[in-house]
Amino acid sequence: MSLSKIKFDKKIVLSFWIILIALIIAAPTILPVFRLNLLGRYLSLSIVALGVDLIWGYTGLLSLGQGIFFALGGYCAAMYLQITSSSEFPNNIPEFFALYGVEKLPFFWEPFRSPVFTFLAIWIIPALVAGLIGFLVFRNRIKGVYFSILTQASLLVFFNFFNGQQKLINGTNGLKTDVTQLFGQMVGSESMQRIFFWITAILVIAAWFFAKWVVKGRFGNILIGIRDDEPRVRFTGYNPVIFKTIIFSIAGGLAGISGALYTVQSGIVSPQFMTVPFSIEMVIWVAVGGRGTLLGAILGAVFINYAKSLVSEALPASWMFIQGGLFILVVTALPEGVLGWIQGDGPRNLLQRFGLKRKIETYPSLEINNKEGNNE
Amino acid sequence: MELLLDSLFNGVAIGSVLLVAALGLAIVFGLMGVINLAHGELMMLGAYTTYVTQLIFKLPILKPFYNSYIIVSIFLAFIVSGVVGILLEKTIIRKLYGSPLETLLATWGVSLILQQFVRSVPLAYGTGLVISLLIGLFLPTTFPSKIKESINFKYFKFSSWIFASLTGVLTGSVISSSVSKLSRASARNVDVTAPSWMRGQVEIIGTAFPKTRLMIIVITLISVIAITLFLNQSAWGMRIRAVTQNRQMSDCLGISTEKVDIITFGIGSGLAGVAGVAVSLLGSVGPNVGGNYIVGCFMVVVLGGVGNLLGTVLASFGIGIMTDLIGAGRLLSIWPDMPLPLSNTINFFATTSMARVMIFALIVIFLQFKPTGLFPQKGRMVEN
Repeated sequence: MSLSKIKFDKKIVLSFWIILIALIIAAPTILPVFRLNLLGRYLSLSIVALGVDLIWGYTGLLSLGQGIFFALGGYCAAMYLQITSSSEFPNNIPEFFALYGVEKLPFFWEPFRSPVFTFLAIWIIPALVAGLIGFLVFRNRIKGVYFSILTQASLLVFFNFFNGQQKLINGTNGLKTDVTQLFGQMVGSESMQRIFFWITAILVIAAWFFAKWVVKGRFGNILIGIRDDEPRVRFTGYNPVIFKTIIFSIAGGLAGISGALYTVQSGIVSPQFMTVPFSIEMVIWVAVGGRGTLLGAILGAVFINYAKSLVSEALPASWMFIQGGLFILVVTALPEGVLGWIQGDGPRNLLQRFGLKRKIETYPSLEINNKEGNNE
Repeated sequence: MELLLDSLFNGVAIGSVLLVAALGLAIVFGLMGVINLAHGELMMLGAYTTYVTQLIFKLPILKPFYNSYIIVSIFLAFIVSGVVGILLEKTIIRKLYGSPLETLLATWGVSLILQQFVRSVPLAYGTGLVISLLIGLFLPTTFPSKIKESINFKYFKFSSWIFASLTGVLTGSVISSSVSKLSRASARNVDVTAPSWMRGQVEIIGTAFPKTRLMIIVITLISVIAITLFLNQSAWGMRIRAVTQNRQMSDCLGISTEKVDIITFGIGSGLAGVAGVAVSLLGSVGPNVGGNYIVGCFMVVVLGGVGNLLGTVLASFGIGIMTDLIGAGRLLSIWPDMPLPLSNTINFFATTSMARVMIFALIVIFLQFKPTGLFPQKGRMVEN
């Protein structure tokens, strides 16, 4: 996969950033609340897409279970919100407990009274769970499709657990957040949603820089090495298990943050976040945007979800066909994704096909020339 | 004793559904290394085939044979799912050999399309489409070799496709005009009613067993025996095994690996169709029916080890019996006065969904000791 980047002028980069920041600041005033809320949700989904890109695009691990970590982050945020706004309900515990006759708060809810703990838990708990699952799987050199199947199976396990436990976390109904209070304000209110949008936008940019930092340098090189030839990495003296576990828990943490942001903006977290199709969808965002390109993951997540909402509003039945077609198309015709195609040789090949650009010397012939002539 | 027998029977019943569903997957995955996420949807096609066959057998002409429709539908389901599988192999999967993760994503796309297809296309025309695919794919292969080798063969092929599509449209409209239930698209679940000889229960050693469950066990048994015989006794079975062991070498020795791939995938998909018949006997049939089974099937394949049918058989019965033991909390009735914390734990896991949680945990623990399943393939490669 070609990683060559188009070099931009510094001025262009600077003006790009200025326009982007201006758009983010202005978005709440330009867009109606409904669309703003949608955009905020899709931006938060792009954080989980970044994680998928890190593990799949860079390390070659196709996880079909990112929904676990996404939902865990969402549940952490929702539990805090539920518990802080439960003072007027009987026993000072969230309202739904009364439905199942639970009078005492389950023990694992207790720490979520503290905001500090919650802010840490949103990304640390998913990262730890990811690290544990990852370590158990990678330790046995289970990889490739086996890894994918096992992550999918663990997704199903978490789904069944959260779906079945009414008395602990309200089971299939999920936890609502839009009517809860945060710092004296209603979470579902317009002003709060605007703030959440800004937080999401900032966090997306931060996550992007963080991911760029992760894939830069030796660590990133080892990840790419694992993707391209894992035995060789192992024989060179590195232990792939450690690197794979670390990157998998980083992706888990990113998914947790993303899930928390998505939850507060959509107003509910439920086991539906842990269904099999949703987790595979995350992969297709990255595949369409361009795996191995971080910007591609973000753009893919935002644009595909936006297209999904537009198409589903107009023709509800056709979205499944389009989505299925996208899966097939991107895998067979555009394996590097849109951004990968643009950054690679795609445009040149297209222009060549129509005779608009001169054909360049191909790699083998250059090699032969080098062998014959000057040896520089 | 009675309790044990009951538990064993339930376990075998759950396991045999898993086995017949996982059998095709094990063949495709084990022999070709292809992950087919559309396997569940091929099962769904098989289940819908049963439903369509049932309705067609209610027509006045076929009414006298109504009781045998389930037997006919087993063969039809095998053909329908097999044809769709072959089409899938010829168009998509062939391009993706050697990149299993990409195959996984592409077949997921196929499964989405198939699900939406049964929702938004009337079943009558769906049947017509399958018939035209069947004719279009197989008619050219029946031509004498003189025509096949001539330059004009592509015109023959083209005209046979035209003939196929005309036949398909004709059958579609005939079915849709004669069976009103099939003429409209609907996303609602449909029900397959077992023929009268399959309803009720049989008593074996004082315990009553439902006949449909026994039927599923019989279907599974026949499928396993047939596929074992095919792989071990027939010429094509030998070729398939040869390609599994060493693809390049088989190619050099004159085995058409392309044909082997098509046949393997077709049989694997056809078995998914047979599994669909079994599933349709258990509950109502809907577009999502395959999704309920697919992860369980993959667990069977992972646990059993790749490329070994015995592993698949043992793994599915193992999972089936464990599911029954845990999900129904049977340990409690076997050992009623166990200590309280232990019995509380068992009660906590004694639901279908929590049993799944427990089973998965057990599988992960098992894979810590045997990472490549019960019967791993022997090899000296760094990979695998």
